[in-house]
Formats: sequence, structure tokens, C-alpha cells
Amino acid sequence: MNFPEDLKYSRTHEWIKMLEPATCLIGITDFAQSELGDLVFINLPKVGDEVVKGSVFCDVESVKTVSDIMTPVTGTIAEINESLVEAPQKLNEDPFGAWIAKIEHITAVEDLMDAAEYEAFCKI
Amino acid sequence: MDKKTPLFAEHEKLGGKIVPFGGYLLPVQYGTGVIAEHMAVRTKAGLFDVSHMAEFMFEGPDAVTNIQWLCTTDISLMTDGQVKYAMMCNETGGIVDDLVIYRIKEDKYMLVVNAGNHEKDAAWVEAHLTGDVKYQDISESLAQIALQGPQAKDILCKLCAPEYIPGKYYHFVENGVLDIGSRKINALISKTGYTGERGYELYSSPGDASDIWNALLLAGKGDGLIPCGLGARDTLRLEASMPLYGHEMNEQISPPEAGLPCSLDGKDFIGRQSIINRGKPSVKRVGLKITGRGIAREHCPVFDKAGKEIGWVSSGTHCPFLGYAAAMAYVPAEGFAPGTVVDVDVRGRMVEAVIVSLPFYRTEH
Repeated sequence: MNFPEDLKYSRTHEWIKMLEPATCLIGITDFAQSELGDLVFINLPKVGDEVVKGSVFCDVESVKTVSDIMTPVTGTIAEINESLVEAPQKLNEDPFGAWIAKIEHITAVEDLMDAAEYEAFCKI
Repeated sequence: MDKKTPLFAEHEKLGGKIVPFGGYLLPVQYGTGVIAEHMAVRTKAGLFDVSHMAEFMFEGPDAVTNIQWLCTTDISLMTDGQVKYAMMCNETGGIVDDLVIYRIKEDKYMLVVNAGNHEKDAAWVEAHLTGDVKYQDISESLAQIALQGPQAKDILCKLCAPEYIPGKYYHFVENGVLDIGSRKINALISKTGYTGERGYELYSSPGDASDIWNALLLAGKGDGLIPCGLGARDTLRLEASMPLYGHEMNEQISPPEAGLPCSLDGKDFIGRQSIINRGKPSVKRVGLKITGRGIAREHCPVFDKAGKEIGWVSSGTHCPFLGYAAAMAYVPAEGFAPGTVVDVDVRGRMVEAVIVSLPFYRTEH
């Protein structure tokens, strides 16, 4: 189980990489993909969508279930990782490389955990 | 309090992800994941713990009479060692459960019913028994292991002399003998399954289950045999368009509506007259190949291209071997022939699908 040190983590198992003060990349963690199982589908947001911290901004599907992905930041979707459409399994194979969306114009951020705190959080 | 099957310790050892199902704790998958497990069954072989299934024994002069009354199928022409698929219906013609019937002897039959309906079915049977029959719920005295896939026969042959392996589909050998280490272990071996591949189901005493399980895994290692969980069991049966109680069947749906075999002209059974009274079915079960972006799942409403809601999805998932999302749905019996394009409401989005004939997948093996 990986917990890269240079990322921040939400309580709902998303990772965030701050790029500039008001821009970030977001994805799901190794813990999340392991819990979800083989992912077969992703419902990406659209570029330009306004997202609000603490709410659902996209969902992924494993063979058995649909799971919501939350955004811990308020902002606008700047880019989406289209390669995940044809290859959702990348989320399982490389969760920290397979970013889902780039969010810009960030105006609010939830309290996030660092790697050590998140690792401890996962172990509970 | 969910029960453990005789193989629970093996699942833990193998890293199975345990979930509650039908009153039991069973692995939904192992570390390999649902897709790899599904593909193993389609291309090599998979091993399933299906001990949660319930078994009822009927014995005595009126065993046949009772089964004929309870079940849709006519068992009078069965031979020793034969298996038949059937349903039990309620008084309104809806389905109580689907099951398989094993004829051991002329006056001795084993019925295998769904774990999720165990208590309901036992109560139903007990309420309808007549005459001179000994009925026993023998579920606790049996473990069941399913070995499924193109390599299943070769793997079983390593543990079992040919005379104990049933040759024909839907037949069984009551007193199969497995050579495991220095022991000879008895098991009823049937050529049956719920995956759409050829394979076997082995019924043994609970105490022997681990030895059989581990011996099969070892014997099949070189053939690519892996243990498979409930997740793959569901995607396999759906890909093969096999119905599942609680989805394609329930207490309201009749066998003709579900497209399941049910003779109304022969012997009488509970619900037969009600099914006749329902007349020509107004709904039918169809296959949907999802052509748009999305996965249709149970309860999703189905719409015609004019925007009218005309049906509902009973089961749906991504099918790993076929590579597309497929679903079974109930639509009006008139029209809606294969090739008809429909829309499915998937969590608020309309996703296009096309009606296809069943099964989605048929094995070549």
C-alpha cells in the first residue's frame, strides 16, 4: 500500500497534488482502488464544470458497484484525463499516476491530511 | 449472525475479501480480482466455494408425488444419476425459487435450492408435504465446491478415476471417489454449473471440503486454476444469461414471463392453474447490449425511443469476456424484437442499448 509523501489526502480517499496556489490535480488513492476492485468505467466530469468542496464530482464503477468521488476543493474543472475512458483499469494499476481531473480557480479547500496522517487513518 | 462455510479458513488463507451473502460469509473476490477470476473460468478453470447452497432430501414412496406437486418440471421419466432444472411456484403462479433436482434412486431425490431462499423454501416445502415421504434439510451435512472451465475435466481426472466422472451434462455420479494423498474421499460429482462453461460440482462432507479444495488447487495449478469469488460467479452467470432469483425471478414473475421452461399441459403443480389464468405473458425477458457509455444495472428503467418508459433492468454489469456492458430486462411481450434500440436511465443519464437475443455468451468448449 502506497502513501506518496508529496501528496495531500482527503478523508474520502482522494489524493490532491497542489500545482500552484489555485490549481490542483486529483485522483483516488491506492487504498481506494484496492477497496473498489477492478474498475471498469469512469464517468468523468466536463471541462468547465464548477465543483464544490465536499461534494461528488464524478463516479467510478467496479464490476459490482458505483462509487462517488468527492472533491475536497471548490473550483473549476480545467482538464480531464480522457485516457481513463478507454482504460479505467489505470486507476487500479497506477492510482497516483492516473489523475482524474485538474481543478483551477480554487477558492476553498477542505482540511487535508499529509501522508503519515492518511496512512494512520487508513489503518483504523 | 452470518455463518461460515467449511472452507472459510481456506478463503482467509488465500486472501479472500469476505462479504456476507445469503446468510454466509464468503469471498467476493481474492487478490486476483473479479475480472481475472472471470477470465480464468472462461479460458482455463476456476474453483468456487458454493457450500452456502441448501440441499433437501426427499425419500420414500411419495417422494415423487411431492416433488411433482412442488416443482414445475415432470420428474417421472428421470433416470438414476440425472439432474433437472426446475422452479417452485406459489399459488398465484409467481416463482418461489429455482432449483436443481438430482434423482439418486426412484424414490430418493436431492433438491438444491438458493442459499438466500433456504428458510423460505424449507417452510414452503414443509407446508406442502403429503403422504409417505421422508423430507430432510441436509444442508449442514454437505459442502459444495464448483470446478468450472475448459480445463475442469483434465484437472478432475488427476484426482479421480474416469468411472467417477459424469460423462453427460446434467448427470452425476453419486459415489465418486477422489484420490487425495493417501486417502480416498467420497463425493457426489455432477456435471453441472452456473458459469456457462463446462465443469463439475462436488458435494462432500464438510470435514473433507478443505482436502478436496486444496487438492484441486494443487492439481490445477499448472492448468491455470485459481480460486474465484462471488463477484466472478455473478458476472459469469450474467454473461451466460443465466437467471438469478431476486433479479430475473421473484414471487410475482411467472416462469413463462421469465422465459423459463414450464409445461402447462402435463402434470399438475402448485401455481399451474394460476399461470394458465394469467394468459399470454404481457412481459418478456430480453437481453440488452449497452451501446452507449454506461453500465445498466438492476432497477434501471428502460425507455423506447419515443421516450415512454416500457420496462426495467433485472441484472446488468460489465461483461469481462465479451468486453461490453450487458443487461437482462423485462419489456412488453409484444414487439421489442432483437435489434430494437432502447434507452436505459442510468442514474439520471439516458444510455442507448440494443435488444439482443439470449444468451450473450455461449461456450465453444
